[in-house]
Amino acid sequence: MEQQEKMPKKNLFSAQIDLAKFEKATEEEKRQQDVMSESTTFFKDGMRKLMKNPLAVMSLIFLTFILIVIIFAPMVVPYSYSQIISVNGVRDKTAKNLAPFEYSENELAYIEEGGKVFPHIMGTDEMCRDYFIRVVYGTRVSLAIGLFASVLVLIIGLLYGSISGYLGGKVDLIMMRIVDIIYSLPDMLIIILLSVVLNETLSSVIEGTIFSKLGVNMIALFIVYGLLYWVSMARLVRGQILTIKNNDYVLAAKATGAKSGRIIRKHIIPNCISVIFISTALQIPSAIFTESYLSFLGLGVQAPMPSLGSLADVARSGLQSYPHKLLFPAIVICLIVLSFNLLGDGLRDAFDPKLKK
Amino acid sequence: MYRYVIKRVILAIVTVFVISAITFFTMNAIPGGPFASEKAPSKEVQAVLEARYNLDKPVPEQFVLYLKNFLKGDLGVSLKTGRSISTVIGESFPISAKLGGMAIVLATIVGLVLGSIAALKRNSIVDRLIVFFTTLATAVPSFVLATLLLYVFCIHLGWVPVFSATETHYALPVIALSLYPMAYVTRLTKTSMLDALGQDYVRTANAKGVVAWKVIFKHALRNAVIPVITYVGPMTAYILTGSLVVENIFTIGGLGSKFVSGITNRDYTMIMGTTIFLAALMVTMNLITDIVYKIVDPRIKLD
Repeated sequence: MEQQEKMPKKNLFSAQIDLAKFEKATEEEKRQQDVMSESTTFFKDGMRKLMKNPLAVMSLIFLTFILIVIIFAPMVVPYSYSQIISVNGVRDKTAKNLAPFEYSENELAYIEEGGKVFPHIMGTDEMCRDYFIRVVYGTRVSLAIGLFASVLVLIIGLLYGSISGYLGGKVDLIMMRIVDIIYSLPDMLIIILLSVVLNETLSSVIEGTIFSKLGVNMIALFIVYGLLYWVSMARLVRGQILTIKNNDYVLAAKATGAKSGRIIRKHIIPNCISVIFISTALQIPSAIFTESYLSFLGLGVQAPMPSLGSLADVARSGLQSYPHKLLFPAIVICLIVLSFNLLGDGLRDAFDPKLKK
Repeated sequence: MYRYVIKRVILAIVTVFVISAITFFTMNAIPGGPFASEKAPSKEVQAVLEARYNLDKPVPEQFVLYLKNFLKGDLGVSLKTGRSISTVIGESFPISAKLGGMAIVLATIVGLVLGSIAALKRNSIVDRLIVFFTTLATAVPSFVLATLLLYVFCIHLGWVPVFSATETHYALPVIALSLYPMAYVTRLTKTSMLDALGQDYVRTANAKGVVAWKVIFKHALRNAVIPVITYVGPMTAYILTGSLVVENIFTIGGLGSKFVSGITNRDYTMIMGTTIFLAALMVTMNLITDIVYKIVDPRIKLD
């Protein structure tokens, strides 16, 4: 009220605001205007955004579910992936190509006698093996390959790209020319070619070692991945480092006398780690695709070890009578790849600093 | 421009050379000569055979000879059937080219249409459906799709014969091959179309009172097509590798099935010949797309 008296008298035609019509905000009302978001870390913020993405959350739940199944199912199911079903200690030759949840004649007889038989959730295959456990092991193999191949790509790409990007100049030029050539090689053809050759040459070398259990094809696959697929990762890392290196804060750090090690640790790595991590996550489905493709051509994992691709390949011959044998591994491949794709997209939306708005 | 083209052509030639070198030397690294696995011909016969195919010479010299023959279009003879590989490729390539060509055209056209619709009807039910379809399509491997199509349409419904010796049915393999690239083209078109629709020149055109379809086709779509062009190269590579299994599943006697049967029969000269041929094809396609890309979009700097 005092203030109002200090104001000059309002002219009738003036557009000046009439303060008498306003009242002061109370302390409580003032506090409402304070927009203070809770202080959060980059990781927490990203996770919060990720959790708001229903597709990404669903994929995460599905992948966790798959992970639990492939870890614990072999402990619960009393069959192994290479073992012919036996009833009461006797091999059961009638348990061939059973439909899901069907029991063989011998098993039915055994149940009549009061014995317990674990149901064949996905039936059995043409060699009287439980199909569910084969699909579980196939998923294990495919996921493991996807994971290892991506880590391999990450390591090689990270080293190569960061050396090239950090050193720059002539070294960078030559290293990137090599990348250009490898990049333009048709990868799948070379993979098939190398798998054929490595199959023939490696089998004698690794005989007797732990590697022989893995199978030559798996090793060939990893070698090929290590040789070819790192190039896009190397390009990505180099690009990231080049842009970050030219930022003003790096210049400022240099000007204040920071050493290269500190600049790399404190400025370059934290700024590009999320992009690189997301790209690695997206590499997993592509590796699973490649593995299933090779297995389908008969160049994948060594029998009797199954992979999703080789299961699909075997199921093809009996497609007319037992289509479910193709469906199970095919659905698992599709769902896994789909979830990884959706999760990868979600991660990118949540963690890529360039997409922040 | 010319400098760029020359540079790219040189890089392409180097790539093909590297590929043929990799193929040749890796194939030679396999223990046992091509005639060792045969029904053990006598020493004399083997020597004559090796001399006939230059196998008695040191490996690098063989490579030079192979390259010379390669330039003449001679890729040697198949170890299993004894036929000239060049003839086999000459016979089977047109089939693969027809299959792949149809798949590329289908993927590009449908992808462009769906992508444009999704961008124009943004956030509508149609858009959501298209996004759902493309997400799903990128998760299905072509061999799974091909086998499922075969099961549903050939075995279950019986619309298409499983195998016919006289004529080749292209519909199912073309769908199996083109679904993934189609989804990819749709996504690409949608993003670039949305980008183009937000540009100033589209607003100007709208403000001038240009008819809606003209704005879409002349201003937006023409600019949105550019990223799709860059994808044609990788798409060819995808379809070619996809055709390796798809041809096998549908028993189409194209280049892909020759390659796969070469692998299963361990027919090394066949694998070598087809690999080099397919690789050269892919490199050429990549080269053409890159050059076309630069011609179509003058804003891109040539370096």
